[in-house]
Amino acid sequence: MYLKKNIATSESGFIFNPSTGDSYALNPVAIEILQLLKQGTAPAALKENILAIYEVDPMRLEQDLEDFMNQLKEANLLEN
Amino acid sequence: MEKSDNLITIAVTGLNAIDSPGPGIAVIRALRDGLPKPVRIIGLSYETLEPGIYMHDVVDKTYQVPYPAAGSEALLRRLQYIHEKENLQLIIPNFDAELHNFIKLGPVLKTMGIATFLPTQAQFDVRDKINLFRFGEQHGLTVPKDKIITSIAELNSCEAALGFPLVVKGKFYDAVVAYTMEQAQKAFYKLSAKWGFPIIVQEFIDGTEINIAVLGDGKGNAISIIPMRKLYITDKGKAWAGITLEDDKLVKVANDFVKATNWKGGCELEIMRTKKDELYIMEINPRFPAWIYLTAAAGQNQPAALARMAMGESQPVYTDYEVGKIFIRYSWDHITDINEFHQISGMGEL
Repeated sequence: MYLKKNIATSESGFIFNPSTGDSYALNPVAIEILQLLKQGTAPAALKENILAIYEVDPMRLEQDLEDFMNQLKEANLLEN
Repeated sequence: MEKSDNLITIAVTGLNAIDSPGPGIAVIRALRDGLPKPVRIIGLSYETLEPGIYMHDVVDKTYQVPYPAAGSEALLRRLQYIHEKENLQLIIPNFDAELHNFIKLGPVLKTMGIATFLPTQAQFDVRDKINLFRFGEQHGLTVPKDKIITSIAELNSCEAALGFPLVVKGKFYDAVVAYTMEQAQKAFYKLSAKWGFPIIVQEFIDGTEINIAVLGDGKGNAISIIPMRKLYITDKGKAWAGITLEDDKLVKVANDFVKATNWKGGCELEIMRTKKDELYIMEINPRFPAWIYLTAAAGQNQPAALARMAMGESQPVYTDYEVGKIFIRYSWDHITDINEFHQISGMGEL
């Protein structure tokens, strides 16, 4: 899944959707995940990346990641 | 006053601010920012407490003009007097209710050396609230269903056709969302007392409010299109803050409207974007909106571009603007004194 090309993001975790005028703020982990998404990182590699940095149960990460991706989808920030 | 090649004299209406500002001050601000020649602004006011009258760094001189209901002849007589004093070169009217008179006077004003840049009466009428649904159907534009009514009996039949909630709208201004027949009836009486008939009863569309400021050249081209999403909406439904958007669909709707009408001048499309991403045209206002200065801030100064076209200069189509540009409205207590108030209310000039 890719972030839409016109979505503006900042290093501090601010997202702006110029089509809707909506803006969002990300926490530090979400910022890292977003950076990986912008690079086109595949879901499996994305999980590996996060597991390598953070001490988190893999099942818990899977759920949280799915939740985060659903939020991005609902906010219309992802390519179809 | 003699005509100077170094000065352009422009008359502007809409200097009011109760309950929300008219477009006049924003138009003047954009003109002063965007025109290379020094600008002399002549305010045309209807009431004595329009703040623009007293803002002497914004408006150079103000003259009261007769209410639109007095008719075009009365307006012309007053404009002839003002023109003798000020040598007007352009008039930019900013109230829906006065446009009919200015459109009618356009040719006469031109013979006097005063330019306007306004739609034709036919263009003006086709986007009128009472014709909007039909217009949308004819040109493939999505418009909410509506009923045009003049009696309370007709209102009662709207429930079956449109359901609740529905929107009760005045001929020129004001809209009330009604959730019950009692609320709808109350709105019907209030709006018809204020603005007369007909009353427009419109299907309620849920979604995000987006307005688009558009400038047409009268030949089917949109010189400028700036979409804005309301970030804060007052209890009267006015934008108190807004942000420019980038969206091809919104630009297409505006372009489609201009092509369908050959719109000449400024206008504002009021759009509702649903969750299904449908774009409903709720209203088309036939003049600049009060937030028009945002177009100048974003890089497409629509009032200045209109002035250039009105004066016969060429104006290319704008292609770029800043997305994410925000306006945030605030209120400023302007201080004046009783002498100025007496001057405008007694003499009709300040």
